[in-house]
Amino acid sequence: MDKLVVAGKTYSSRLLVGTGKYRDFDETRRAIEASGAEIVTVAIRRTNIGQNASEPSLLEVLPPSKYTILPNTAGCYTAQDAVRTLRLARELLDGHALVKLEVLGDAQSLYPNMPETLAAAKTLVDEGFQVMAYCNDDPIMAKQLEELGCVAVMPLASLIGSGMGIINPWNLQIIIDRVQVPVLVDAGIGTASDAAIAMELGCDGVLMNTAIAGSRDAVSMAKAMKLAVEAGRLAYKAGRIGKKLYATASSPIEGLPDWTS
Amino acid sequence: MSMRITLNGTPREFPAPVTFAQLLDDLALSNRRLAIERNGEIVPRSRFADSHLADGDRIEVVIAVGGG
Repeated sequence: MDKLVVAGKTYSSRLLVGTGKYRDFDETRRAIEASGAEIVTVAIRRTNIGQNASEPSLLEVLPPSKYTILPNTAGCYTAQDAVRTLRLARELLDGHALVKLEVLGDAQSLYPNMPETLAAAKTLVDEGFQVMAYCNDDPIMAKQLEELGCVAVMPLASLIGSGMGIINPWNLQIIIDRVQVPVLVDAGIGTASDAAIAMELGCDGVLMNTAIAGSRDAVSMAKAMKLAVEAGRLAYKAGRIGKKLYATASSPIEGLPDWTS
Repeated sequence: MSMRITLNGTPREFPAPVTFAQLLDDLALSNRRLAIERNGEIVPRSRFADSHLADGDRIEVVIAVGGG
């Protein structure tokens, strides 16, 4: 079978999903089930002091026994903040090492700050974390993250939450061509065809949140994304035909009746 | 001997020294899956029962929430 392998662990699904922006935990659970995702991202935030202790928590809805929980560093603008966040996450998740590193550059673009991302990646790898790194679509940066020991590189397709789809497929193709660890497109997916295109380019997987959670019907969109990722992967493995300027007939040219008689 | 700490950014005062386990109990967070940082350093869960908060501590108590 054609499986995704990240940090030595095998996954059947190549779709990774975020858990933010859903209306409630019930929609979260149903959408993530429909997506077929096995790896789900979570954020680390202050607990609301004084909250009702009987309220369910996200990890009760998405138990770590069923899903691979991927804590992120969303909202971190420095390497130090990101490292602290993931140390807390590792404690929270009983020593779990697989993490999503993202160090942001500014609040409007949420574009990755690559110098800080590289610095954080180095510290985290040294501390035994398995780092999946959100990055820009620069092949040199992706290669450096790989060389630092990241277990996956996750270039953006376009800005986080923008839904703009894949704006630079050529850079992604260069990254896929040069990097040995899994390459997952993270951020920018708008609809199912974007996910299919990412997979057709040869990406190992796709990570998305807003495209599902922000759609009118999150459960249906989650299923659409599951199918798109599978379709795109199959098409990639099958090997698409080349593009040509002029037509090539599909039906035989020989054996046409003589219509003049 | 009263003690002042900052808990998730908010000042708090305690009449006497408390352990992290007592703090969580006080906040009705004992059975929650969470992690604690004290002055930038992780407090392992195994130390909650015997480790005491100190005057001036900056404490962060975090959980997992929905996010991409």
